[in-house]
Amino acid sequence: MKEIYILWLRQIKRYLRSKSRIIASLGQPLLFLVALGFGFGPIYQKAGGGNYLEFLAPGIISMSILFTAVFSGIEIIWDRQFGFLKETLVAPISRLNIMIGRTLGGATVAFLQGVVVFLISILIGFRPANLTLFPLALLFMFLIALFFTALGTAIASVLEDMQGFQLIMNFLVMPLFFLSGALFPLQGLPKTFRLIASVDPLSYGVDGLRGTLVNGAHFGLGTDFLVLSAITIVVLAIGSYLFSKIQI
Amino acid sequence: MIEVENLTKKFGEFTAVDNISFSVEKGEIFAFLGPNGAGKTTTIKILTTLLRPTSGRVSLNGKDPLREKYEARCSFGIVFQDPSLDDELTAFENMEFHGIIYKVPKIIRRERIEQLLKFVELWDRKNDLVKTFSGGMKRRLEVARGLIHHPKILFLDEPTLGLDPQTRNHIWNYIKDLNREEMMTVFFTTHYMEEAERVAQKIAIIDKGKIIAQGTPEELKNITKTVSLEDAFLTLTGRSIRDQDASSVDRLRMRRRAWR
Repeated sequence: MKEIYILWLRQIKRYLRSKSRIIASLGQPLLFLVALGFGFGPIYQKAGGGNYLEFLAPGIISMSILFTAVFSGIEIIWDRQFGFLKETLVAPISRLNIMIGRTLGGATVAFLQGVVVFLISILIGFRPANLTLFPLALLFMFLIALFFTALGTAIASVLEDMQGFQLIMNFLVMPLFFLSGALFPLQGLPKTFRLIASVDPLSYGVDGLRGTLVNGAHFGLGTDFLVLSAITIVVLAIGSYLFSKIQI
Repeated sequence: MIEVENLTKKFGEFTAVDNISFSVEKGEIFAFLGPNGAGKTTTIKILTTLLRPTSGRVSLNGKDPLREKYEARCSFGIVFQDPSLDDELTAFENMEFHGIIYKVPKIIRRERIEQLLKFVELWDRKNDLVKTFSGGMKRRLEVARGLIHHPKILFLDEPTLGLDPQTRNHIWNYIKDLNREEMMTVFFTTHYMEEAERVAQKIAIIDKGKIIAQGTPEELKNITKTVSLEDAFLTLTGRSIRDQDASSVDRLRMRRRAWR
């Protein structure tokens, strides 16, 4: 347990110390909230959708968690290149514990990031409709963080260096975000699109968060929770296996 | 304590380690010498569970690093050739991290961290981030970290690279004391021949993946009819300069800077 804690603590300390990274990673969600939230607001209202900022905020919170989480997982590549990974790999601790410690650390960081973006969205006018479900919203935020950190770690375990990073951003992270229903409602979309959205894990995260913060879950909160939990367990298992196969 | 039999490691077509065998007794200080790219670090990586060998048998303290990974890992400590510190943590945090993942009980851990940091003269800087350290300071910290948990076998991959003679002496005295007091087996590589001659009880020389000579420093000098280990080494391995492939790490370092 102690070693999981120290691995977790390391991630937290690294995050809190990289001020520039924190600020940089808050800029994008802020821009999205302001530009999209206010830009599309009137049209959305006219089309009878209601308040767009309210619809958008859970999506942007999910986005910032997604980016931070995948990046935290991918950080293993830095550790590999700059040597620190060896220090952990030769130690007499189980690979599963290394994986758990790292993933919990990265997930906590991504979760905190999500909370900060939540607070920013409150500042610019987002009002959650349902505060009694707030603890559930936090749970969904943590689940999103956990799943995508584990996914990032699993991917990083098979990558040698950062060359593949752009590829992951453009062909995995961006599509996950844009096809998830973070920016627009899934109701009434073409069938193919809805099918794609229903295999995008982030859709369930966004949906769960939206369901708990402003009502109106598309898949239903129970489905969201079950799907996210199940795939998190699967990815953690695959990630641990891939991680245990790392050679340096 | 360390047994290696017919060990071979191939990377594709390239044979990095070619059918080598040697053994190191408990409590022995063993030097593994060779020119750049001879296969030293690859051998250490296999011994320390970081790489799987292509063929051959290895045993550490009676454990097979391939099958009994956990047990093997419990019996050694290692100071790597290239940096393996976390730059974003302080000197103390790096030491503490190591102590915890090697399960050193808190009282002993804190005591040894203080003792070792004072020993390598970094105690005053213990709360500074490692990224503010010079190359020599990082090296000293790295060596100090490797000594926290008093392993049965200590691997040192060019531990004194880039350190001044005073520090080198200082560190070797500490390691020799540990070797005497705790019967710690020491396996090290170095490019400083006088260091190997002074410290090692047994030496193996590897070149192009093959062990070309082993024995005590005296024996090696006798075989080659030379007066110093350096001459013996040059006679055995020839005088041509070896190329080493540039790694992608340097390129990556540049890129990481751009990222921040």
